[in-house]
Amino acid sequence: MVERAKQEFFLGEGPVPETEETQRLYVNIGPSHPAMHGVIRIFAELDGEVVAKADVEIGYLHRAFEKHCETGTYTQAIPYTDRLNYVSPLINNFGYAACVEKLLGIQVPERCQYIRVIMSEISRITDHLTCIGASAMELGAFTVFLYMIKAREYLWELVEAVTGARLTISYVRIGGVKADLPPDFAARTRAAFKEVRTVLDEVHKLLTANRIFIDRMRGVGAITKEEAIGYAITGPLLRACGVPYDVRRATPYFVYDRLDFEIPVGEHGDNYDRYLVRMAEMEQSMRIVEQALEQLPGGPINVDAAGRPLEPAEFVDRGKLGQTKGLLHVPLRLSPTLEGSEGPLHQRINAPDKRVVLPPKETTYGSIEGLMNHFMLVMEGFGIRPPQGEAYVAVEGANGELGFYIVSDGTDRPYRVRCRPPCLPPMAALHRMIEGEMVADIVPTFGSVNMIAGELDR
Amino acid sequence: MDGPAILDRLRARFGPRILGTHAHRGDATALVERAAIREVLGHCREEPELAFEVLMDLTAVDYLNLPGAEGRPRFEVVYHLYSLTHRHRVRLKVPVDAADPVVDSAVPLWPIADWFEREVWDMFGIRFAGHPDLRRLLMYEEFGGHPLRKDYPITRRQPLIGPKV
Repeated sequence: MVERAKQEFFLGEGPVPETEETQRLYVNIGPSHPAMHGVIRIFAELDGEVVAKADVEIGYLHRAFEKHCETGTYTQAIPYTDRLNYVSPLINNFGYAACVEKLLGIQVPERCQYIRVIMSEISRITDHLTCIGASAMELGAFTVFLYMIKAREYLWELVEAVTGARLTISYVRIGGVKADLPPDFAARTRAAFKEVRTVLDEVHKLLTANRIFIDRMRGVGAITKEEAIGYAITGPLLRACGVPYDVRRATPYFVYDRLDFEIPVGEHGDNYDRYLVRMAEMEQSMRIVEQALEQLPGGPINVDAAGRPLEPAEFVDRGKLGQTKGLLHVPLRLSPTLEGSEGPLHQRINAPDKRVVLPPKETTYGSIEGLMNHFMLVMEGFGIRPPQGEAYVAVEGANGELGFYIVSDGTDRPYRVRCRPPCLPPMAALHRMIEGEMVADIVPTFGSVNMIAGELDR
Repeated sequence: MDGPAILDRLRARFGPRILGTHAHRGDATALVERAAIREVLGHCREEPELAFEVLMDLTAVDYLNLPGAEGRPRFEVVYHLYSLTHRHRVRLKVPVDAADPVVDSAVPLWPIADWFEREVWDMFGIRFAGHPDLRRLLMYEEFGGHPLRKDYPITRRQPLIGPKV
């Protein structure tokens, strides 16, 4: 311990090899280093400018996600999942909810599944934009970063229009989603995608055939196919090695089996191929969203939406006075935070299961059954109670397979929630990618891994 | 191969060393005797019909407070395997007693087991025999206890660490 601390604090304290006149240099890269995002420490043993050995240390952003999930109800874990991968939080949301739904054995309505697909793919694009933009910036291509963040902004405006937030969205509900898509969503998406495609074209021109970029990326940080599989690497990094594994295709969930898309693969497994795979995937994601918007089913609307919207207070007063005749069919003006989950919309985006899904607010305010149903779901010790058992659900996160393994003991609190973070395996293999390469190559390789500390450290 | 067929093959090959199987919600699950886990994992990987090339996940569950689980071994180490060739999955579980929480390491089979097992040691205090470097992964060296154990209270504070002045 003392020896190691000495080496860590004083540079150049490495053992002197007897045969050569050189000595190894020990360098701490991070955690307080901008390229390490402030959360990763690489303890590197350098031989000249070459990394001879590297030890990657994680855990600086550990927030006890799994432990906290055990202390609250199934619904209360949803905000924690936002903070796993904070660049594409919607995918975490949906993965967690899909696992709880599997435990419960319920199916969400088709429209909701399409919405989940659409929002997942938009998140995947934002994630890839951030990854490529940031790693290009770390190589000095600041223009690319600004362009890509601009494109991401258009997509985040879409996310904001649907979920009401940009980052901590908590959009999913067990058995459904918070709100239906806004009425002009398809047109807005088309407009945003037009901008994103322009940016991608520009970035292709700036980077793909750029001599400096290719020299820094090609052949750097490569990993073989066999090693990638041994390290359980999934997502763009595995596909860059030439393995066409994608959860969306291998074990389709939601409605991915009805959508036509390609799985781009690379060849060499190096940083440049990862860049190409991500660029191609963004185009595929946009294709998926466009098809899903075409196929998006309307779903049943049982309530006639004609009539005067009521203020909630007026609505409750009428209920108290016993003027309940036809009250359930009167549209209610909800607060802006609940827009999109009014009665008629609520039914087509949520599973028809009273044990799991909160009733629409009109029903809660307007009928004793609705009020009791609401009360039973939010009361401690009642709520969503999956039967005893366990389930594992994998979805394709932006970085690879995002798995949730939940054990239920039959109460309203999960007994154990395990998140399989997609960027832990590449981080475990990072030392294999940087050993034997130059110090300066650590930064692009680390950037291409797209480490997201929120899910890595949980 | 579908879930029941995988479980049938494992039962036929390992007999009583497979302690039980189930397919709750369609997830093929086999409970494996602790002494046999390395062999079962190796078989799952090497057998061409199974060909589980990927150790997708490795974690553990502490069954200390589960109603109806009294008398059962306290921990279970859970392996999720995936086959790229056949696109099927299986879950293997190993019951581990609190008195002797040691399981054979899977590092010789999959390099990713290195970090997964370090995390399980960190969070649950289960040791892996044959692991080359069993350090904590997420917590720091001076941390006391194993936070995901059910008897670790969520409110417990740990002393501040830092260089001795």
